[in-house]
Amino acid sequence: MRILLRYIAYDILRNRMIIAYTLFLLLMSATMFSIESNPGKGLLNLLNIVLIVVPLVSIIFSTIHYYNSYEFIELLLAQPIPRKRLAFGQFLGVGMALSLAFLIGVGIPVLLTGCSSAALSLVLTGVFLTLIFVALAMLAAVRTRDKARGIGVALLLWFYFALLYNGIVLFLLFAFSEYPLEKAVIAFVSFNPIDLGRILVMLHTDASALMGFTGAVMQQFFGSGWGVLYAVVIMLLWFGLPLWGSVRSFSRKDF
Amino acid sequence: MIQTQNLSKHFGKLCALNNVSVNLQKGKGVSLIGPNGSGKTTFIKCLLGMVIPDSGRICFNDQPILRDSWDYRKQIGYMPQIGRYPDNMRVRQVFDLMTDLRKDSHCGPLDEELIEEFGLKNSFDKPMRTLSGGTRQKVSACLAFLFDPAVLVLDEPTAGLDPLAAEALKAKVLREQQKGKLVLMTSHILNDLEELTTDVMYLVEGDLLFFESVENILERTEETRFAKAIAKIMAQQGKISSTLQRKTIAL
Repeated sequence: MRILLRYIAYDILRNRMIIAYTLFLLLMSATMFSIESNPGKGLLNLLNIVLIVVPLVSIIFSTIHYYNSYEFIELLLAQPIPRKRLAFGQFLGVGMALSLAFLIGVGIPVLLTGCSSAALSLVLTGVFLTLIFVALAMLAAVRTRDKARGIGVALLLWFYFALLYNGIVLFLLFAFSEYPLEKAVIAFVSFNPIDLGRILVMLHTDASALMGFTGAVMQQFFGSGWGVLYAVVIMLLWFGLPLWGSVRSFSRKDF
Repeated sequence: MIQTQNLSKHFGKLCALNNVSVNLQKGKGVSLIGPNGSGKTTFIKCLLGMVIPDSGRICFNDQPILRDSWDYRKQIGYMPQIGRYPDNMRVRQVFDLMTDLRKDSHCGPLDEELIEEFGLKNSFDKPMRTLSGGTRQKVSACLAFLFDPAVLVLDEPTAGLDPLAAEALKAKVLREQQKGKLVLMTSHILNDLEELTTDVMYLVEGDLLFFESVENILERTEETRFAKAIAKIMAQQGKISSTLQRKTIAL
């Protein structure tokens, strides 16, 4: 653990991209809350930015960082430590640094303007999304030898989750609009962590009233204790499964 | 100290190691020689557990190395072919990190002889990204010797070092060898290997052509100098494989 903290403090936190990311998030939070007099609206605007930027930066930064530290990882592999520990260290190092950047850039400003349940759920969603996309990046990077292809896969993953998936769901909803799809939507949402995050935060704001019948069904489902538990479990799966896969590939791969 | 039995590794269709069996003993200076892509680095990576062999066994002090073994690496110091370190870390911090990493497995003083000889203390506060290739190579060399390991694995140790540093490194390797350590190294600069080598492992396209002591090779090739003897063998080898190729094309 001490080694890991040293690694984070000495290298990752001094990375220019991490510093720029923190400052960008701080700037966005400050702007959103100063434009809107209503903190609820500011929060919603901020949510839209967080849902695009956090996954993108997390997945791209982790992929690039992995390929750039490839030779250093090789050297560490020759040291007396188990491979699994090294894989977890690599994940935690990047994951903790990016989460810290998010907490400073969005967490502190949001919680300063008011400690509502919506604010808390935004912070929690951001941290979850960071960890999920770092884990997805690890999985893509560990399994792809070529750097350019690895970054391409990472970008495609982000593109799919951030943009493409919504299009597919909208298309399905439109095609099957004759049928009651409210329950199916909950299932659709579970297959995309970004959408799940969006729903979780929006249900805690006034905007949920604008979401019509589907919104009401979701409110009923995610508003209950079981619903929240379900969402957290799904988020944990989204982060646990790719992490497990990448650690497994990492400990079997040839360097 | 290190034995391999029928060690094989394929990367797709490419055969990197084919049934390599050797016995590397304490106090020897073993040079891995062969043309580019002959499996030298793959062999080293198998010993270090970075590449998992398809078949065959590696034993370290009579203990088999399995996929999850890592304990044995306490006794190995490794200097990679290309040393790249985290950009923002300072030289001192790289040493601190490594010392932390191996603290549990290493007792006794650190071997900082090379750091002194290279004068690396002067650049201790520089970030790694500002260092030249040669200086990074010096850092790699110092890290390999730092924990006084029983086995030294050096992949192209003198590539990129200035003549003075290369000499210092060679002298250090010789001293450690005389202390009874096993040194395994690869290099394309045969003159650099000359003084350090007691045995030669010659690999061609994954096949171990021979594993012989230097005296034997000199006698066999009727040469007095190591570099010339190896060059002679390489040239012969080249002829054989090109005639073989011609024959297969003719067939």
